[in-house]
Amino acid sequence: MNPTKKDFSLVDFLIQNALIIILILLAALATWKNPNFLSANNIKNVGINIGPRFLIALGVSGCLITRGTDLSAGRMVGLGACIAGTLLQNASYSQKFFPDLGDMNIFLVLLMAVVICGFMGMLNGLVISRLKVPPFISSLGFQTIVYGACLVYTGAVPLGGYRKDYTDLATRNYFGIPLFVIIAAVVGGLMWFLYNKTRHGKYMYAIGGNENAAEVSGVNVSRSLVKIYTLAACLYAFAGFLIGAKAGGANVNTGFGYELEAIASCTIGGVSTTGGIGRVSGILIGVMVFEMLKSSLQFLGVDTSYQYIVQGLVIITAVALDLRKYLAKR
Amino acid sequence: MNEYRLELRGVSKAFPGVQALDDVTLCVKPGTVHALMGENGAGKSTLMKCLFGIYKMDTGEISLNGEKTIIHNPLDALHKGIAMVHQELQPIPDRSIAENIYCGRYPMKGVGPFTYTDDKKMNEEAQRWLEEVHLNVDSRQKLNSLSISQMQCVEIAKAVSMNAQIVIMDEPSSSLTENEVENLFGIINELKSKGVSIIYISHRMDEILRISDEVTIMRDGRYVGTWEAKELTTDIIISRMVGRDLSNKYPPKDNKPGEIVLKVTELTSILPKSFKDVSFELRKGEILGFAGLVGAQRTELMEALFGIRNLASGTITLDNKPINVRRPADAIRNRIGLITENRRETGIFGVLSIKDNVAISSLNAYRDFGVVLNDQKIGKVVEDSINRLSIKTPDHKTRIMSLSGGNQQKVIIARWLANNPEVLIMDEPTRGIDVGAKYEIYQIMIELAKEGKAIIMISSEMPELLGVADRIAVMCEGRLTGILPREEATQEKIMQLATAFKGGEVAV
Repeated sequence: MNPTKKDFSLVDFLIQNALIIILILLAALATWKNPNFLSANNIKNVGINIGPRFLIALGVSGCLITRGTDLSAGRMVGLGACIAGTLLQNASYSQKFFPDLGDMNIFLVLLMAVVICGFMGMLNGLVISRLKVPPFISSLGFQTIVYGACLVYTGAVPLGGYRKDYTDLATRNYFGIPLFVIIAAVVGGLMWFLYNKTRHGKYMYAIGGNENAAEVSGVNVSRSLVKIYTLAACLYAFAGFLIGAKAGGANVNTGFGYELEAIASCTIGGVSTTGGIGRVSGILIGVMVFEMLKSSLQFLGVDTSYQYIVQGLVIITAVALDLRKYLAKR
Repeated sequence: MNEYRLELRGVSKAFPGVQALDDVTLCVKPGTVHALMGENGAGKSTLMKCLFGIYKMDTGEISLNGEKTIIHNPLDALHKGIAMVHQELQPIPDRSIAENIYCGRYPMKGVGPFTYTDDKKMNEEAQRWLEEVHLNVDSRQKLNSLSISQMQCVEIAKAVSMNAQIVIMDEPSSSLTENEVENLFGIINELKSKGVSIIYISHRMDEILRISDEVTIMRDGRYVGTWEAKELTTDIIISRMVGRDLSNKYPPKDNKPGEIVLKVTELTSILPKSFKDVSFELRKGEILGFAGLVGAQRTELMEALFGIRNLASGTITLDNKPINVRRPADAIRNRIGLITENRRETGIFGVLSIKDNVAISSLNAYRDFGVVLNDQKIGKVVEDSINRLSIKTPDHKTRIMSLSGGNQQKVIIARWLANNPEVLIMDEPTRGIDVGAKYEIYQIMIELAKEGKAIIMISSEMPELLGVADRIAVMCEGRLTGILPREEATQEKIMQLATAFKGGEVAV
């Protein structure tokens, strides 16, 4: 892979790519047990699942690249889904949240969810950059705050009875490609542009590479961090909006634990927890790998409870393998 | 009994891109002071970190009293009787002196598993060790209530309390007054008479010749040799440290200072112990050196000029216009650049490419439509600077951390040149760089001055200042004590100004 590297070690190669190798084996096993694993239907289904997960992972990636994290992601997804859910119900639905509300424009609703979550993300970013609260703690606080806000807003009532034009988003295809996949591709392209072709992107990598040096180089670190956390929350809201459409309902627990999946996907995809490293293409691979893992476990008939254990192990392994690259150097 | 207390043989250690140590030997006899000398970047500190278990050496072996041993980590080193006294090592400033001495090995009392720290015993014993090093303070005082030299004595007391047989002292005298140095030497002699071996690292020739029994000299990560101190003179040591004739250590100086570009008036820090009432002028095409001992606040002054630290009062005038610098971005907008002292902490972005490292401060210049970064424009600037500064690298995509120190420094110079600065502040620009690359850095500085750029150079190496600077400003304890023109400057005059306030009396 690396032409300057003289001695290629098979063991090193296997260890570095252990997760992907294991997952390929798992997928092969799943296909062998149930050929439907590779059916167009399942691939489409996995693709639709990947869409929103990719948006969340992209959001969290900016935080990770700057050596931060965002534990509020999952709850933000839930808030986004609930905001959309309350505003996009059928007029005839008996338990309509706002009984007198007419049919709102679907894009306006998306925009509202994005703005509200984006505002929360901005506050999180301000706390992290101005008050210097470690991202782990600040976003943990916001995780709880957002959950509370969502409880207050919905009164813990599960939402359902969505308008058809909203739920159709999840099943709609263009040129045989699910809309969710197209959205993910467009957002992924925009994020690639942002990360690689703009000043903001360069600043982000610089902050992650060495925050002190970034400050000395004239980077406004605080402002960059606020932008990163705000954008992240906007992406969570967008993902929540899509997840609500797919599920046909939402409640305060929608999106629970998604932040960990997103962080895991990023890490599997080569976003380094030590900062400054991470590519959009890698993040996409990470999300795909993680969703494939879940799907293969399902097809292998593994009990959902065990699936959590496996996912947890995958997360730890991914980070340990990442850190191993740096530990060896001392 | 074995001839040597400590033997380090064939020690090699490589970092990405640099061979920091290459087959180094160090043999220390019991009850002697062994000076370890070499220029900055010669590998002294790396060698000591290998000995102290902070770094793992690639090859080589350590013997203590003739027995081969492996030192896994600093704690292991302490257990084996090796202690390190370093002024930057302040373990826990907010805890008491006694706790600092006994950290990790508190005296305990109690029965079976139900033990707790015996504070009374700890304080009393710590007090005894403090007396041993003639430090007249209460062991229950907080460590940060002490002066730097007193903290150093605490470190020595800690070493003594651990019954250390080898004590490493890394630049122990660099921030001490003459009286404090005398006290330190007294303690060193007492330790010596008790059979303790001391490895003494310092740049001060006179001290080395006075206190040490043997001297080992290193150059560019290699072992040059070991001699008895009484066979040596300052000139011999320098020529062996540098390894070649001193006459061509600096490039010819043919820059001509022009009109005044920067004027600084009565700058005072918001911190009480930092710089105070500093005024100076800087001319186009001039290299203004800043000399001083550790704690002279030169770095702090420059960081304030650059907007990293806050000013309580004072004005900065650039091109006859007063400027307000609150953050680095302000300084950069006014075309001031700062190459910081600590390259790894505040200079390089290790995991990023050379290209990104160069472009980070001048990204605004490469934008199309105000948004899109034009890769070709960036690439051109980066390629130009790689050629101009002769940065040795396979290509501009290489991660900066795989370059040598000298080349990393050139990349950072390139970062600022991309902004076409009027004033370039260089804080210890040749620290941790090998001799050949130093010469190149000096050349670059003089070239830049010839182009009309104004350069401020902080350096702790007086020969370097005398060789490169047009004028040398000297600071002592936050005050500017004098500015010497190149023709009048000598090491003695600089030293005199650098210690003007030391020891309670004001010279000049």
